[in-house]
Amino acid sequence: MYGKGILKGLGVTLKHFIDTYVDDIRMGKSRYGTEKGIAYRSSKDARGIFTVQYPEEKLPTPEEFRFIPFLVYDEGEDGEREIRCTSCGICAKVCPPQCIWIHRSKDPETGRPVPEPAEFFIDVDVCMNCGLCAEFCPFDAIIMDHDYELAVYDRHANNIYDKEKLLKPAEYYKDIRPRNYALQEAARAEKAAKKSAAKARRGKA
Amino acid sequence: MADTTLIAENDILARFPEGVSQDERKGYQGYIVAADRLVEFATALRDEFGYDYLSSVTGVDYLPEGKMEVVYHAYKSTGGGALVFKVQVPREDAVVPSLVGVYKGADFQEREAWDLLGIRFEGHPNLKRILMWEGFAGHPLRKDWKEAYFEEEKKPFDSRWPGGDVYRAEDKNPFGKNVVYPEKFDPEKWTPVGEEGFYGGLRGFDAGDGDEDLKTEQVVVNLGPQHPSTHGVFRMVVSLEGETVVRLEPVMGYLHRNHEKIGERNTYLMNIPFTDRLDYLASMSNNWGYVQAVEKLLGDKAKVPERAEYLRVIMAEFTRIVNHVFAIGTLLNDLGAFFTPMLYALEERELILDIFEAVAGSRMMCNYFRFGGVARDLPPGVYEKMRDLVFERLPRKIDELDRYLTENEIVRARCEGVGVLTPEEAIAYSAAGPVLRASGVPYDVRRADPYGIYDRFDFDVAVRYHGDVYDRYLVRLDEIRQSIRILQQALDDLPEGEIISGKPKYSIRVPAGEAYGRVEGPKGELGFYIVSDGSANPWRYHVRAPSFINLTALGKMCEGDKVADAIIILGSIDIVLGETDR
Repeated sequence: MYGKGILKGLGVTLKHFIDTYVDDIRMGKSRYGTEKGIAYRSSKDARGIFTVQYPEEKLPTPEEFRFIPFLVYDEGEDGEREIRCTSCGICAKVCPPQCIWIHRSKDPETGRPVPEPAEFFIDVDVCMNCGLCAEFCPFDAIIMDHDYELAVYDRHANNIYDKEKLLKPAEYYKDIRPRNYALQEAARAEKAAKKSAAKARRGKA
Repeated sequence: MADTTLIAENDILARFPEGVSQDERKGYQGYIVAADRLVEFATALRDEFGYDYLSSVTGVDYLPEGKMEVVYHAYKSTGGGALVFKVQVPREDAVVPSLVGVYKGADFQEREAWDLLGIRFEGHPNLKRILMWEGFAGHPLRKDWKEAYFEEEKKPFDSRWPGGDVYRAEDKNPFGKNVVYPEKFDPEKWTPVGEEGFYGGLRGFDAGDGDEDLKTEQVVVNLGPQHPSTHGVFRMVVSLEGETVVRLEPVMGYLHRNHEKIGERNTYLMNIPFTDRLDYLASMSNNWGYVQAVEKLLGDKAKVPERAEYLRVIMAEFTRIVNHVFAIGTLLNDLGAFFTPMLYALEERELILDIFEAVAGSRMMCNYFRFGGVARDLPPGVYEKMRDLVFERLPRKIDELDRYLTENEIVRARCEGVGVLTPEEAIAYSAAGPVLRASGVPYDVRRADPYGIYDRFDFDVAVRYHGDVYDRYLVRLDEIRQSIRILQQALDDLPEGEIISGKPKYSIRVPAGEAYGRVEGPKGELGFYIVSDGSANPWRYHVRAPSFINLTALGKMCEGDKVADAIIILGSIDIVLGETDR
């Protein structure tokens, strides 16, 4: 019969249409605006309409999600900020669009380089969010962020991030990337244990 | 032509005792052909040796030696490895005979080499700039050409560390002061005047068809560059006789950023995220093509562990599904079925992108492959998610898409018999991917010249025989099903183990030589040609972009069809402008 294909196709649309309402009735209020509802709409069982109503609803960001890097600092015992970065420059060297600028500190007396950045800039207009800086940082000092809502009115005034703007506490890192944080902490602890063991051996000898 | 009548490749030097020699530079392969024997050589290659498919044409500027080299990669359409041949000419007077008469697919690629490298192809019917505009000075891929915001020859730049005091390139080097125009070119006075200026490419048109009684006139219409049907900034200049297309010429380059020049400034690793930006719907395949070429140069140093091989296949096949459902969705948009089919297609794409985001960190700019492996192992929970999709949801949903569209009478009436490309034409025009296979040529790089671990999987090469828009749609649908088959096998067999060989290094040196890596991307054969001089940056980095080369046949496909069909023919080729314009 001519037109059978179209009718079959319309059947598919009709099913999608009905599915939305069936789900609405079945899930009630929990279909929209709740974590459960969002998880359902982005699962394999999702049927009917699957739109997530941004900005009222937001998709959860997976741990590996990467957006604009930030610098990590640990909090010292007296509340002082201990910046992990040693200004070794690997991130600046590996950066594909070359958006990282580091000014290394120098000891004012001897003039020798100090392992700490005097200045650290990221031009976020240029950054391509590739994550290579974080991937190759040997000190877990630069980490990719999860915050993607960065719109500003004036890019010239706002979009070169300096050290102050880039620094975030290790707690925040732990919060957004718990699994990576735990793995790296374990690796660091192991390294430190090895180091102190070697020191102890040398002390004995 | 039956295979038995063909001459074996070993006999090339015997067949051409003069003018052809083996390329004996270390790390290089193939033959060097004298410029005056090139056409004869290529004709023999096509007719006598069976290398009927010219995949890639590009140039290399060997500045220190003062030479310009044109590199050709030819294949047999029945499968097998490449035959590489080269022509060397002096850099200052680079003239090479055109091969458009032998392989029509050389058309756009030769124009690109003229535009970017300044190699003149004698006998080319329409040798003019293709990616740049007429007011552009110089040929940007030449090694002595410097861009407007030039900072330093190679990355990493010294200004970034240890004394990195930030500035913006455009503040230090304001645009306008750093722009150069060709001699005798005044941008203030220059306007493309009249028909000739706007439609120079259509010079061949001839108004009226000799019918004295009925005077008709051809009309030239610009479709694009700002037009929703062109999938980006892309222009088709169409000569119309009534509603029928007499000639069509694609105009491109609006999104050109000289990806290849950027790639030659970058270190090897830096190029991986840049390849994401080529065909931004299929970044995983782009990554693979590039790392494959570099791995060929690295040799055993970059042996890919078993688990990484499987992960690569899984990601590449997911990418193919993402790309094809998107292509089908946009094709239906072009047909006028606004956004309902598109959104059904996007739903599946969204679920796959969720997986990419969880594994690679980004939905589209995946940056997932590394030399000798992949960047990250699967986080917990993702494997199960993949299985759910591949074994449960996708087969069901693809059947639904099939039921929804395939037998629709309007789709069939609009698509069947439209934009036909015969198998001979498809091969001659170097068409690749679904366009080639819909024309009845069962050529798939995964089978014809296997890479990775594709030889382990059981799948069919999707092929259809009418060569029209409808068959290109069907081939994509078939390929999605085959991809699901491959995914099911790969997920079942996925072994445990390492995901990258050796310790990841941020700066690698690659042995000197050349390599051509190609993968079957969703849009067709995606190739990367890399020349290394042994340093940390590639000397030459070329992308054989299927979206770009498939457009060579667009004019041919549209001839004689209605103007409304030109839109869906373009849609059926499935281009992405990020890759076309590079």
